[in-house]
Amino acid sequence: MSKILIRGAKVLGGDPQDVLIDGETIAAVGTGLDAGDATVIEAAGQVLLPGLVDLHTHLREPGREDSETVLTGTRAAAAGGFTAVHAMANTFPVADTAGVVEQVWRLGKESGYCDVQPVGAVTVGLEGKQLAELGAMHDSAAGVKVFSDDGKCVDDAVIMRRALEYVKAFDGVVAQHAQEPRLTEGAQMNEGVVSAELGLGGWPAVAEESIIARDVLLAAHVGSRVHICHLSTAGSVEIVRWAKSKGWNVTAEVTPHHLLLTDELVRSYNPVYKVNPPLRTEADVMALREALADGTIDCVATDHAPHPHEDKDCEWAAAAMGMVGLETALSVVQQTMVETGLLDWAGVADRMSARPAAIGRLEGHGRPVSAGEPANLTLVDPAYRGEVDPAGFASRSRNTPYQGRELPGRVTHTFLRGRATVVDGKLA
Amino acid sequence: MKRHLISAADLTRDDAVLILDTAEEMARVADRPIKKLPTLRGRTVVNLFFEDSTRTRISFEAAAKRLSADVINFSAKGSSVSKGESLKDTALTLEAMGADAVVIRHGASGAPYRLATSGWIDGAVVNAGDGTHEHPTQALLDAFTMRRRLVGADAGLGKDLDGRRITIVGDILHSRVARSNVHLLNTLGAHVTLVAPPTLVPVGVEQWPCDVSYSLDDVLHRSDAVMMLRVQRERMNAAYFPTEREYSRRYGLDGERMAKMPEHAVVMHPGPMVRGMEITAEVADSDRCTVVEQVANGVSIRMAVLYLLLGGYESAHPSPTTTLDRSAARLPGSTPTAARTEENK
Repeated sequence: MSKILIRGAKVLGGDPQDVLIDGETIAAVGTGLDAGDATVIEAAGQVLLPGLVDLHTHLREPGREDSETVLTGTRAAAAGGFTAVHAMANTFPVADTAGVVEQVWRLGKESGYCDVQPVGAVTVGLEGKQLAELGAMHDSAAGVKVFSDDGKCVDDAVIMRRALEYVKAFDGVVAQHAQEPRLTEGAQMNEGVVSAELGLGGWPAVAEESIIARDVLLAAHVGSRVHICHLSTAGSVEIVRWAKSKGWNVTAEVTPHHLLLTDELVRSYNPVYKVNPPLRTEADVMALREALADGTIDCVATDHAPHPHEDKDCEWAAAAMGMVGLETALSVVQQTMVETGLLDWAGVADRMSARPAAIGRLEGHGRPVSAGEPANLTLVDPAYRGEVDPAGFASRSRNTPYQGRELPGRVTHTFLRGRATVVDGKLA
Repeated sequence: MKRHLISAADLTRDDAVLILDTAEEMARVADRPIKKLPTLRGRTVVNLFFEDSTRTRISFEAAAKRLSADVINFSAKGSSVSKGESLKDTALTLEAMGADAVVIRHGASGAPYRLATSGWIDGAVVNAGDGTHEHPTQALLDAFTMRRRLVGADAGLGKDLDGRRITIVGDILHSRVARSNVHLLNTLGAHVTLVAPPTLVPVGVEQWPCDVSYSLDDVLHRSDAVMMLRVQRERMNAAYFPTEREYSRRYGLDGERMAKMPEHAVVMHPGPMVRGMEITAEVADSDRCTVVEQVANGVSIRMAVLYLLLGGYESAHPSPTTTLDRSAARLPGSTPTAARTEENK
């Protein structure tokens, strides 16, 4: 593999430096590095980050290849600056056996755009009744460390307790989709002023917060670690903050859309805004931004959820929940966190690369940008401004809530172990 | 939004009064030997009903027919998902058939809004009840009934319901009638109080332009109209209230409670009534109960709405762009030439 010299990039937003990639590794970081026979990328004004890591991606394969495949999903990931994604288990069949997680893992290897780390289901068929073979999935080639019934809550307290205990044997983590099912029967949007007016079934904040409260207590009781998926309310932030203050092993993620969008958008009845957990209020958005800034929320995770057009081109109640997010995540974080002064680029690197890699115990990702480290890197042009055009997405699906919205920043290059997967903003 | 009638909140005070005044004109047609106006001749009104609602459908059907429109009843029971065809494809089908107006009843809140704003059809959309969202023509016919009873049919022309105290009782949470009424009555200057057990009031109601009370007895004596909403017995299975009898004791309207209302006050119900639950037979059959009047008034209101939306006073446009403003207030009674103009073209 040839050498690449990234010249004059602001590493983690700091002073301009040169970064020399040799093969799969960062060979040198410094100023005035000799290009030699390396290919030179002039990166003045651009920010160099470690390759982004997503803890929460729906790649849909196997089963729903009409909305996404591992190949199209990893292309979307690379375009968004990601070098590793965790593929959620709610596929058809469910990723609840060593066979399915190995299939997804193998498809990821073949794609070559981004590392794919399969997430294993906590319970058989996501039914919440019987533990899946967590050990077998961990011991498989896929080496699963993160387990989640995402899309469904592990609502049975005993099953959740057992799962938390069981994964201690191999340093696993249970990622909980916190949604009390009885409180959310028929739920269509955040319960509050807007749902009252629109006559849409309410998804109350307490349905999320009560599960999080229970699970942090369970994790503390059995001495295990729990990860909270797509935390969406100000109340959830308070509970996680309290749990962390106790020294408990609790981590949490927030999606880009919950950092930017509110339930006021649902007034359009446009199902592109239908997502689970639902868009919340302005006060929730502000609390989430603050919590991500102060570290209460550990990381940003996309919850990239592709759906075919017909599942969104319909009345609200009939529409599927979810939004694509891989290709807009960094831009939304730039707008909501960097341009508001809440987080610097080093903070972005921490919340979108180092922390999620650490939570997932993912090796070779989320590493510092320094000599000897794997060359998983993302180069972003923060000065760029442009309207989101879903027609240009690498994802197979187009269900973005940002169509036509101007967002800042653009990923110009992504490197996966020294190989450019994105060059000048285009997939290589 | 004035090309369509989706939400009572879209109506200004003047829009609403215009509709009520137009409905008075329409009501006079019903007293004529020939109950028909030629104003919408050649126009097509589709009743697109995804939910069973015979009374609402025949009310719209009668209204459209009295205006000489061609009426197509399209019954598409069940959700678009369960029957396989999407709302979009149904809409495209109606568009291809040349529907000038689509009257839609749908179980999903927001379905009429989607129909009107997604570019699937060009025609006017009239919301005939969507999920637990709104039912604006019901609110209009309720306001019409109140104005007639509390102000007077002729004396009421051009007037609103300023200062009238309206109490709405029952399952507010699941009621599209309540939502539309709160918007419209507030627009018309009335003071609305909602009465229900706390379980049947939505979270977020504190932002509505009305008061909320948990006690029916506290508000009856200061109500000019009391509107009883149907309460489905199934609600008690979801723990909204313990038993039918307890609901009835605390929130039902019987003769004893009705006696606490002021002399002039009326009892209303959008129907269908559950006698013995929210209303006793004694009250339902009393002179103070306007249920039957409401049905008759429903036809007049729906005639007015279709007439104003489809611009019946002018020639048939392929795509109606008429708005409900004062300039459109040329009523069939007051300007008999209006209908003829169309015939001549």
